[in-house]
Order: sequence, then C-alpha cells, then structure tokens
Amino acid sequence: MTTAISDLEVSLDEIPERKRISEYRLMWNAFRRDPLALLSIFILLVFILGAIFAPFLTPYPEQGLGDPNILEKFSPPSLQHPLGTDYLGRDVMARILYGGRSSLAIGFLVVFVAVIIGVPLGAISGYYGGWIDNLLMRITDIFLAFPPLLLAIALAAALGSNFINTMIAISFTWWPWYARLVRSQTLSLRERSFIEAARSIGVPNWKIITTHVLPNVMTPVMVQATMDLGSAILIGAAVSFIGLGVQPPTADWGTMISVGRIYFLERPWYAGSAGMAIFLVVLAFNLLGDAVRDAADPRTRRAVDIGR
Amino acid sequence: MPPTPARAAPLILEGSLPRAIMTEPILSIEDLYIRFDTYAGTVHAVNGMAFEMQPGEMFGLVGESGCGKSVTGLAVLRAVPSPGRIENGHIFFKGEDIIGKSEEELQGLRGGRIAMIFQDPTASLNPVFTAGNQIARQIRQHSDLGKKAAKERALEMFHQVGLPDPERIYQAYPHELSGGMQQRVMIAMALASGAELLIADEPTTALDVTIQAQILSLLSDLRQEEGLSILLITHDLGVVAETCDRVAVAYAGRIVESGTVEEVLYQTKHPYTQGLIAALPDTIKQGDPLQVIKGMVPDGLTPISGCPFHPRCPDVMDICREQEPQSRPMNNSDHLAACHLYEENK
Amino acid sequence: MQRLDYIAKRLVMAIFVLISVSIVTFIIARVVPSNPAAAWVGPHPTKEQIEKATIELGLDQPLYTQYLRYMEGIVRGDLGTSVTTRQPILTDIKTFLPATLELVLAGMLIAIVVGIPLGVLSGANKGSLLDHLTRLVSIAGVSMPAFLLGLLLQMFFFRKLGLLPLGARLSTEVSLANPIETVTGMYIIDSALTGNWVAFQDASKHILLPALALATYPIGLAIRMTRSTMIEVLNEKYIQAARISGIQERTILFILALKNAIVPTLNALGLAFVYSLTGAILIEVIFSWPGLGNYVTNAVLSVDFPVIVSVTLIMTVFYILINLFLDILQAMIDPRVTLQ
Repeated sequence: MTTAISDLEVSLDEIPERKRISEYRLMWNAFRRDPLALLSIFILLVFILGAIFAPFLTPYPEQGLGDPNILEKFSPPSLQHPLGTDYLGRDVMARILYGGRSSLAIGFLVVFVAVIIGVPLGAISGYYGGWIDNLLMRITDIFLAFPPLLLAIALAAALGSNFINTMIAISFTWWPWYARLVRSQTLSLRERSFIEAARSIGVPNWKIITTHVLPNVMTPVMVQATMDLGSAILIGAAVSFIGLGVQPPTADWGTMISVGRIYFLERPWYAGSAGMAIFLVVLAFNLLGDAVRDAADPRTRRAVDIGR
Repeated sequence: MPPTPARAAPLILEGSLPRAIMTEPILSIEDLYIRFDTYAGTVHAVNGMAFEMQPGEMFGLVGESGCGKSVTGLAVLRAVPSPGRIENGHIFFKGEDIIGKSEEELQGLRGGRIAMIFQDPTASLNPVFTAGNQIARQIRQHSDLGKKAAKERALEMFHQVGLPDPERIYQAYPHELSGGMQQRVMIAMALASGAELLIADEPTTALDVTIQAQILSLLSDLRQEEGLSILLITHDLGVVAETCDRVAVAYAGRIVESGTVEEVLYQTKHPYTQGLIAALPDTIKQGDPLQVIKGMVPDGLTPISGCPFHPRCPDVMDICREQEPQSRPMNNSDHLAACHLYEENK
Repeated sequence: MQRLDYIAKRLVMAIFVLISVSIVTFIIARVVPSNPAAAWVGPHPTKEQIEKATIELGLDQPLYTQYLRYMEGIVRGDLGTSVTTRQPILTDIKTFLPATLELVLAGMLIAIVVGIPLGVLSGANKGSLLDHLTRLVSIAGVSMPAFLLGLLLQMFFFRKLGLLPLGARLSTEVSLANPIETVTGMYIIDSALTGNWVAFQDASKHILLPALALATYPIGLAIRMTRSTMIEVLNEKYIQAARISGIQERTILFILALKNAIVPTLNALGLAFVYSLTGAILIEVIFSWPGLGNYVTNAVLSVDFPVIVSVTLIMTVFYILINLFLDILQAMIDPRVTLQ
C-alpha cells in the first residue's frame, strides 16, 4: 500500500552520502595530476627564480648589467660561457638571466594592470547595465579596434621609450579584453536566482558585486590571465625588438633578438638563446592556462577515480 | 486496493490487433543488460529488460526517471552513449537481432526503418540549417531520390503531419518555429524515410498541454493510417492511459508489470504500479492527503538483493528480500507481473 | 529579417568606431607628446621648424579645430610627409601596403587550409594520438615567437639546405629580366594574371618562408578553436539525432558539426588576422620584406612620428573593415546571430 505524506519519515541515513568537496579543492586535485601543468610550473620557476636571483647565479653580474668584455666577443658556447658571448663579449647566460627581469616584469605588470582596471569596470558595466554599460562598451570597442602592437607602438613613440611607458602603452591595449570578459560573465550571472535573492533581502549593490559576482567570474579571468601572461611577454619583446622598449645596455630578450639577428646565421647563440627563452616561457604559460581551464571546467576535469 | 472503474470487462481498443492472431512481434527485447562505467562506480541502468511489441500498436514504456526506459530506447538503435555498454541480451526487430549487426547495417536502419524522436525538439534540430534542408538530407540518405523529388516528398510529409504552409516551414530555421511545429517536423522526418517503428522518448513532456494533446493525437492517427508501430517512452501514466494499446511498467531497469492498458491500469497487480496509480492526483478524493511511495528510486550503483522494489513495498515479505521474482502471467493471459504475491505456490 | 537588421546595425557601429579611432589617433598625434610640433617635424628640429609646424598644424588653435583640420587632411589624402623618405606618406603606403597584404593573406590561407581540418579531426578523435600531436603543434604554434621561427627557418632552409631565398620578394635577376606588371601590387596574383611564370615561381619561393613563419600563430589558434568548439558541438543533441538518423560520419563532421563550430573559429581567425598584421611587422624586418612593417620599424628607428601615427591609422581602418567583413560573413552562416 502507499503511504500518505503525513506519515512520511525520510531518515537521513537513507540518503546516500557524498562528500562535499569545495570547488577549488577539486581543481587543485585535478591540476596536481596533470603532468603538463607541473612541467610548465617547473619551467616558469626556473626562469622566474633565475631572474630574481640573477646576481648570485652568474659569475658575470656586471656583464649582465651591461659591462662589455671586448676581448672575448663572439665566442661560441664553452665551459666558461655556456651560451657563448655577444658582440660586446658579454656572457649570454648572464644577459638572459638579467633580461628575464625586464621581459618577465613587463608581462606580469601588464596583466596585473589590465586585470585591476578591466575586471571591476566589466563587473560594474555588466551588473548595472544601462548607460554605464553602453558607454563602457563603446570605449572598449574603440580600444579593441586597434591592432594591439600598433597601438602600443604609437603610444610608446608618443610617450618616449622606456620601461614604464612601454608597460603603460601595452596595458592600455589589454584591459578592454578583461572588461569584456567579465561583463559577459556578469550578464549571465545576473540572471541567476541567487543574485535576485540577495537583492530581494536588501543586500546593497556594491556588496553583491564584491561577494557574489566577482568570485564567480574569477575562474575565467584566471584562465585568461595565465595565458595572457605569455602573450604580454611576447608583445613586450616585440616592442623592444622594434626599439621602443627598454634601451641598451639594459638586458632584455626582445632587444637581444633585435641586435643578435644581424649575425644570427653565423653566430646564432645570442638571438637564439633569447628567442628560446621567450618561447619556453610563453609555452609554459600557455600550457599552464590550458591546464587551469581544464581543471576548472567540470566537464573536462580529469576524473579522479575511475572504477574500471 | 486501487479504485476500480465502472466497467470491468477488458476493452478491445480501436486499432489494436485481436490477441488471437499470433503475428511476429515487430520488436522483441529479451534479457537486456546495460551498464555505465562512471567515475562514481558502475551504474546498472538496465537489468533484464524484456517486452514485446506487436506491429501497428502504440506501446507505452512507463516509469520514473532512472528506471532505464530511455536507455532501452537508445539501445534499440545501438545508440547508447558512452560510458554505457550493452552487456547482454537480444533486441529483435522483425526477427533480426540488432545486437549482432554491423555498423553499416545499423546505418541503414537508423532513421530509416527505425526512427527516434526526443523530448526536446529544439535541441534535436541543427540550428544553422533550415528544417527543409535537414529533412531532405535524411530522405536522400535513405533513398535514391534527387534533390527535387526529395523536397516534394518532404513537403508531402509536412502536410501529412498537419503543418500549415509546408513551403514556409521548409525554408524556416528551427528557432523560428514553435515547439509543437518542431516536434511535427521531427515526426515528419521519421515518416519520410519510411519508418516502421517509431521510438518516441517523452515526445510531449517539453510542450504545452494543448500542444501535447495535438501531438499525441497525431501519433495516434499515424498509427492507424500508416500502420506505424510506436514505442512511447514516458513517465506520464495519464498519457499512456489515453493513447496506448499496451504498456510495460519499468522499475530499476526491468519490467515489473506488462499487458494491455486495461489490464495494467485497472486490474493492477504489482505494488509499484498500484503505488504509481494511487499517487496520481486524479485518483484522490478532494480533501484526502496526497499519496506517496515511501523511499527513493534506486540509483543503480548499489545492488539490491531480491526484488528491487522490496525496500519500498508495503506488502513486502521475507522472500522478497532474498529472491528476485520472475515475470509470470496473471490468469493465463498476456498480462505479466513479477511479484512474489502471485507465485502459484503461495 | 533579423539578419539584415544585424548587418545594418553592424555597419553603423563600424562607422562609429572608425570615427572614434580617428579621434584617438588624433589625440596620440597631437595631445600625448610633450611637444607635438617637434614630434611631427622629426629628430633634432630647429626652432624655426617647430614654429612653422605649429602654425601649419594649427597647434595654437582649440582642439576641435585642430581635429577638423586633421580630418580634412586625411580625407584629402594628406597624411603628412615622412621625415625619412621625404615622400607624402600616402604614396609610401600605397607602395608598401600590397606587400604586407600579400604576406598576411598567404599566411591566413595556410592557416585555414591546414588548421581547420586538423582541428576538426582532432576534436572528433579526442584523446587519440592524432589529437595529442595536433594539440602539441597548436600550442607550439601560439607560443612560438614569430621572429624566432623566422630566424630558424632562414637558418634551416637557406643556410643549411640552400633551398629557399633569404629575403626580399623577388630575386634581382628576375626583377630585371621578367618584371611583373602591376595590377594589384601583389606579386603572386599579378604574375599569375599576366602569365609571367618565371616570376610566379620566384615570387612563390620568396613568400613561402615568411608566410609560413607568419602562419604558425593562426594555425595554432585555428586548431585550438576548431577543436574545442567541435568537441562541444559533437556533444549536442542534434548531432546525436543526426547519427541516429543514419547520416554518415564524414557528413556529420565536416558539414553538420563544422557549420556550427566555425563561427567561434571565424572570430578567432579575425583575432589571428590582427595578430598577423602585427606579426608581419617583425617578419618583414627579418626577411627584408618591403612592406608596411618594415616601413614602420624604420620610422621608429629614425623617430619618424608622422609615419608611425599614420600607419597606425591606416592599419586600424583596415582591421575594422576586415572585422566587419567577418561579422557579416558570420551572420550569413549562423541565422541566430544578434548584436550582443
């Protein structure tokens, strides 16, 4: 016979138990198991630590900073100079280590500034809608209309070529992407009922944005930022390559390629090392970004246990 | 005891075949086992599913979510999605076992002699091609017709399923059509390629009530006019009662009771079927509390000893916990039920 | 009707963006530099030159007048004069633009022909060896700095194998003996159109390496985008419904699924095109390709500010038009598209 609802006793023991694991825990677990992710972290650590501790890692810190060593110019890779020396006799390995400071810093700073500016603007725009949204969208349209490198070049040329200006110029071209990304995420989030619920109990808008909207959009932002770190370094190197970025004698991977390419066919180790450095770092960031994205999306997240 | 209706004599529904004529069933499922290897463990979705469909009848496969009815429908076309696997069993379509067939043979059957329509017609239609393009493609896949002839046949089909202005529908994109029209297009696609068996998986659940009635009526008409056999997979007993000739009730991946609609709904034997009927709001008198079946549907992960329904059965006996009941005929008819209450040696 | 609506709105948007871009370029040209007149004249300007420029450019006037003057000049075709070549910039651009265009188009063509089918197959066979190899190729493609690859290609094909030339668009012998008639300014097309097969071969050999170097990023992008959208599309119910209707796998992949997957890929290719425009700058330098990229780089080295600003404007206009074209194309393919 059937039971009337009033007689219903559903004891909690009857409901199968599933452990409540936080989303970030799941991500971290999946991430840990991804060999490519671990490889990329390793590569990045090598370069980042190398850049930070450059003076202690090379026997030629002054050359890394720029001092020439004319007697040994153009020597091929050897025991004293594992990557050879450049046209001024400076140890290439030292130059690479020191160059990392400039090249990596540009990448991190550019993405940092772009996120700091773009994310809040995008959230506000997506959440409030109306004229704020329209205005912001038109502004991002304009910035996104420019080919990034060209805008960066034009701005850098107008401002003057040094590290700070280059960074500003490139950040200018980058923040619209984040504003757009966060805006579209916010738009779809806004329709979800928990936002409506919070509003209906009187939570102030700014609080909703900071505690409900922003944490939920952080995942795609994180994925994008990780991959953008690589691209930012690439564009920074491109700007330096053209001659608008960091000026010699400061070491920078982009300028190293620009100078080194002239004698590349005979003596490839200068431009080649700098190029490989850029390639490895960008590759690592791209792999990392992929891994973060795969770990974040429940559909592609690699299963932790397969009972086969 | 479930409420008994005024008439007690078995009905011979219009259009169904008299039972005396033994024809070969158009679809016969025997001993079907399907499992899914998921990261949470192995889910036994179908456990010994078995039933028979006669040609030209509307057969209802009824059950709650998770009873394995949809998977069974997909299995007929060997379209069970991974990580699902057919472990065991036979599916005979007009005497031939689908389980043994090659990919090539299956391709000829799929969308040809056996067609399937789904719950959400919007999701089943490709958004970037017109309705006409899609049905014409299917027609040409299963016949030798040229472009023009295929279009003519498509328009004919649209007309047959009751679509107004077939030409306009032909040129329209799916998102420009209403849910009811989309479902009719799907049915037209099934017919156009010469389907003998149509598997309809919850075809009306996503539609408005009035449209539901229209679609069901259309399916009924097609059964009568074209002799189309329809396997109607649904959770809605009301729909089954209105339109089906025979019905099988599924629970935990197997059939617990089957027979004509009259037998199963009005001479109900299995406690689960009784529970389903009693739970329908229509069967309750005003003022009485709503009836519910205690407990939850099994998830397929943990095996249940004996009869799968025993944890929730109000008439459970000791033997139910240990031994799985066999499906037996009630009163020497084709009304089958699998329940220890009706063992001969009780 | 939804489509025409969209296209009309999109055109209006493009016009708005074009105007805004001209304003931004104007600001960069006249407002951002600390001394706009000096910047316009060139390195080491004399006092008289600065005064002359100030009057010419109307720098003493209010901003909006300056802007109108600037726009008037542009519409007339006067983008200023290059400090280095001493030619009107418009003339220089007309000379160099076809070369860059040819290079970028060649790169995009390679990317589409190679990248999209690979992406489709990779997505359809997720997890297979082909998939892993393809993903490796695509990640390397988007990570590889174009200039490094250019140098490596030169090293390998020129220095080691001696198969392909080091740079330039045409070898000197051919340009003297079989000069190409100018139709579009693009050597490959022109030589084919005029039946000049010797030059055609020579030009093709010259464009191969730079186009390849340029194509690596778009190939990588095309593979990634196509692959991931294919995976999503192949999970959709309408694909399952098509399989259940007995349609062949090849049709499903390359027609039914691809048409759905191609739209995000087109977007990505639009991005890739932009990247190519800028990547072309670096490639042109390495391969001594006489295009806008080389022109701009020289302008940077010789502090030729008018050129930098004008080229930025022109290339941006180009970019906007290409994006417009891609958006309209997308609307033709996917009938559901609306302004977001």
